[in-house]
Formats: sequence, C-alpha cells, structure tokens
Amino acid sequence: MTARYLRGRFDSIAEAVGRTPLVRLRHVAPQAPGIAVYAKLEYANPGGSVKDRAALRMISDAMADGRLDRSKVLIDSTSGNTGVAYSMLGAALGVKIQLVMPSNVSQARKDIANAFGTEIIYSDPMEGSDGAIELVRAIVAKEPSRFFYPDQYSNPSNPLAHFEGTGPELIEALGPRLTHFVAGLGTSGTMMGTARRLRQDAPHVHCVAVEPQDALHGLEGLKHMASSLVPPIYDRALPHEHRGISTEDGWDMADRVVAEEGLHVGHSSGANIFAAVQIAHELAARGEGGCIVAIVCDRGDRYFAPLRWEKKYVW
Amino acid sequence: MSISVRIPTPLRTLTAGQDEVTAEGTTVAEVVADLEARFPGVRDRLLDEKGVRRFVNLFLGDEDIRFLEGLSTSVKPGETLTIVPAIAGG
Repeated sequence: MTARYLRGRFDSIAEAVGRTPLVRLRHVAPQAPGIAVYAKLEYANPGGSVKDRAALRMISDAMADGRLDRSKVLIDSTSGNTGVAYSMLGAALGVKIQLVMPSNVSQARKDIANAFGTEIIYSDPMEGSDGAIELVRAIVAKEPSRFFYPDQYSNPSNPLAHFEGTGPELIEALGPRLTHFVAGLGTSGTMMGTARRLRQDAPHVHCVAVEPQDALHGLEGLKHMASSLVPPIYDRALPHEHRGISTEDGWDMADRVVAEEGLHVGHSSGANIFAAVQIAHELAARGEGGCIVAIVCDRGDRYFAPLRWEKKYVW
Repeated sequence: MSISVRIPTPLRTLTAGQDEVTAEGTTVAEVVADLEARFPGVRDRLLDEKGVRRFVNLFLGDEDIRFLEGLSTSVKPGETLTIVPAIAGG
C-alpha cells in the first residue's frame, strides 16, 4: 500500500482547508454485498475540524466585501471547533479574534484557541450555547463598529462553504454510486450546504440529518433543534430524513471506530457513523445495496480532558 | 431538608421554565427522587440503571459529586445542586 499525496504545496494554511479524504469503514459496517460506508475525515482539515470550511468562507467573504479588515475584531459564539478555526485563520491572516464560549466547553479547545492568541470570554454553563449567543449579541450591540460578528448560525457563507466544497467533493469522489449522506446538526451549515448541492446535482442521494435523541445530551457540538434557538440558516425540510441518536450509541460507536478502524473520532462523529451503520443494516436487511457517507466532524483528542472522568469513572 | 437545584435550559421544559427549584432530601439520591416526584421525567434524564448518566454532571456547590460520594453524597440545607449539561451546536 502506498501513500497518495493529494494535497501539494500551499502559500497559506487557509489554502489547505477542504479536499478531505474519504475512508471506507470495513469493520463497523455490515459485511453485505453492495454496501459501502465511508467516513469523510473533516478532521484532516488544518484546524482539525469541519469548522475550518465555514470559518474560512465567512472570513474571506467578509474581507472581500469590506465587512472585515485588520482594524476590526472578529467576535463570535462557539462551542469550540469554530473558535479553533477562527483562531488559526485569524493568526495566519492577521485578524484579532475574540470568542464567547460556555465555560464548560472542553479544556482542549479552550487551550488551542488560547495558543493562537485568541481572547476567550466565558458565558454561563447553565445557559449552554444559546447563552453564549445571547452574550455575544450584547457585547456587539455596545460597540458595533469595533467588531465583525460573522454569526455562524445565520451567515449564508457557512452553508455556502459546503455547497461549493463538501458537496462537489462527494460527487467528484463517488459520483452516481453515492446513495446516502449523513451529517449531524450543529449550526446545520454542513447539512444545509451539502444537501442543497446534492439535491441540485445528485438528486438521487438521500440526505439524513442526525440530532441528539434528547434535549439533555452529551454529543458535544450537536443541537437538539426542538429545544434550542433554531439557527436562521436551518431549513428542516432540506434533509430527506432526521434521525435521533442517543448519547450512549454515539459514544460507543466513537470507541469502536477508534479500536476497529484506527480513526480517532469525536462524539458527534460517533453519532453520525452510528446512523450510517444503522442505514447500512436496514439496506442489507432489504437486500439492497448502498454507498453511505458519514461526516467525521473532528478528532477524539479534542475531548480527552472531560473523558478522563466523564467516561471512565466507575460508579 | 430543602436545597436549591439549578436547572439547565434543556430540562426547563419539565420545570415549567423555572431555572431554579427547591427539592427535599438528605442525599443527592433523595433529592433526585424528590425532583422526579415534582417534575416527572427528570430522573430518567439524569440517571440510568448504573447511576448518573455518563454525560450528566451534577455539582454540589463547586464539586462534582463523582469526586464526593456519588449519589450517596449527603446534602445540607442551603446547599445548591447544579445540573451541568453538555455543549450543543457550532
């Protein structure tokens, strides 16, 4: 087996965002004729998560039309990965970054954002990411001219990154073989942009949105839409189907994928892969084939610190 | 013996929107049982057959009850039990 170097040489880290690999899951997926499950490894983005795509697009669109220049501070609310992406790109492009996060966000993501020189403002952990959204709005309202507030939940550049990136990449890599696309909903940008592209250029593909089964859950990064502030970019009708996945199923699948496939994925990715494998079993039971892609949002090491006690503790 | 319990947004549908409620009990387990009596459904969100669900964090004051005596941790009047959720979205 030889390595295939797809990536080449870049002038800036920003150019290394996107064109992520698809890796077939041979062990956790059912062994059935005509069934293939792939993970799209968004953790191969330079900031380590799918959020590099949206952050880059929001920053570059705003720089292009003058909403953002180096005299302004980019501020946004984030549960972490978007913050890491802003921080990396801000350092590379000379843009100062401030982030509002609930104080119970994983330590790894706070530390990474800090390392890039980003200033973090903490919001009340009891109010979750909706509390962070409300706090950033209040800060910006006081001094609107000082800030560029991309607002990832309502910024059309977020889904556009996937309409022009993730979607075409899937079509290019798998073409007519692709039958199902599975992604979790956070801001919903990944699903909105990719599903819009697939509905336009590969309308046979069935798009499946993953949500936490319950309002109180441990799938960090995913939103239980029914109990949350609904992102303005979100259109519930765009995916063909919604599946609720339990925290335990997502976490256990993340563990299996590490041990059996060599992919160290985060919890929300575990939930996406669980849904993809569930779909594969349903197809196999009906004697149908299919090619299913699940988004791997980030790497499991983003969660090491809380895992130390959250997961391994024995009651 | 009455203590106050802080309720995170995802559970406020069960508490009629209240962000803080009072509950009776001498241990965390009794407080959870009392919460269930007042707000049916809360217990299953917090506990499974093994104890506190893996992704739920219960803090008595500033200390995670995992580092105290778990559900057997005794509570005193005036203390605050906080249910801290995971982070959602973006």
